Amino acid sequence: MSGVTPSPPSMPAASPWHDAVVERVAVLTPRIVSVFLRAPLAPGLAGQHLVVRLTAPDGYAAQRSYSVASAPGVMPIELIVEKLEDGEVSPFFHEVVAPGDHLEVRGPLGGHFVWRPADGGPLLLVGGGSGVAPLMAMVRDWHASGAGVPLLLVVSARTWAELAFRDELVALQARAPLLRFVAVTTRDAAHRPGDLVQRLDSTALQRLLAAWGHVPAHVFVCGANRFVEAVTTGLLDAAVPAERIRTERYGGAG
Amino acid sequence: MATRGFTGRRPSAAFASRLPPGQFETDDFPVLSKGPTPRVDLATWRFTLSDGPRPLASWSWTEFEALPHTVWQGDIHCVTTWSKFDTTWEGVTIDELLAAAGVSAPSAYTLAISHDDYDTNVPAADLLDGRAMVATRFNGAPLAAEHGGPARLLVPHLYFWKSAKWIKGLRFTARDEAGFWELRGYHLRGDPWKQQRYSDDP
Repeated sequence: MSGVTPSPPSMPAASPWHDAVVERVAVLTPRIVSVFLRAPLAPGLAGQHLVVRLTAPDGYAAQRSYSVASAPGVMPIELIVEKLEDGEVSPFFHEVVAPGDHLEVRGPLGGHFVWRPADGGPLLLVGGGSGVAPLMAMVRDWHASGAGVPLLLVVSARTWAELAFRDELVALQARAPLLRFVAVTTRDAAHRPGDLVQRLDSTALQRLLAAWGHVPAHVFVCGANRFVEAVTTGLLDAAVPAERIRTERYGGAG
Repeated sequence: MATRGFTGRRPSAAFASRLPPGQFETDDFPVLSKGPTPRVDLATWRFTLSDGPRPLASWSWTEFEALPHTVWQGDIHCVTTWSKFDTTWEGVTIDELLAAAGVSAPSAYTLAISHDDYDTNVPAADLLDGRAMVATRFNGAPLAAEHGGPARLLVPHLYFWKSAKWIKGLRFTARDEAGFWELRGYHLRGDPWKQQRYSDDP
């Protein structure tokens, strides 16, 4: 022995499967439920996801990724699950799961679609449907950390009733002057001044950015692919640099 | 550990053997990318093969399209757990690119580099002997921009994040250098049959 202790190899973040207990399930919108889990996981970062594994009695297993909607370190962990009619996993969360049930989770995972309070802003978050989930974690982290940067959150859904976290966001905006929350509906009337009734396009995004009066330093766009394509195209047209825009696209996986 | 009340939906027997563990079959073609779809102009498009910083060969779009093309048909597997069966791709195999450049693989590792500054590492052995191509057509039509058009890498036997969209070059490297997702917690190789999803998977 030379007496020299070699430095250990750099250790990747461990991500074993953990047992999670379902604390409660709440109806968030007509098509989305919130699933609250208790699990011994690291706090992680806003925007990360968990992998959930469900196992049938014969050992067949299905796994899906769900963005964490609760702020990092907050327990229970909130996931939101949209019901897909032909889905394999989402109907379980809408029709079967009950408080006290156990399932397996892995994470939090993902090192790209994440925002840390130290990253600062101005911060532009654009979500469609259940794509609001990781953005909600960022809004909650932004608020909890007291990050004094402007935040514009634009959330699109078919109707006012289908806007996930709508009431919480309206209430938060009343308390947090740096937060601007714009609801966009495609099949409904506008419910508040400043809300939009349309599909988000270049013109609408340019108007929203002009009215906000800030140039976003970080942009996060999450939703179905068609939504993300339309929004990112509009943002590029509005001269937002591509390297400031991060995307997460939800596929048609159930 | 069984999950109370979960029965699942198994693939048909005919497809079960083609589905890697932890995957499910989809008819959709989901899209995942780190940012906006880049705006790639065919008039200025070039594909460059290099050995470290040294270019070995490069092709314009017209020159690239004149190279011998190959059709590959089979299944693709995304780390986010969807698999898509019986896809058809057309493009230029890495073997053909090396042949056209008049070289053999100068090292054991590569980095595929994309127009949106995405990169991903692939061992050279996973690219040779007809196992990979730079694909320009999908199911008989030019590759759509959101799926990586005009050209993407296709390494169908590895998780699909290795099949870099909007590819503009392939760089041989002396060492295995982690790429974009590999630096953010994903596996260095990504074999779906071994479930090499995250960095600490065996």
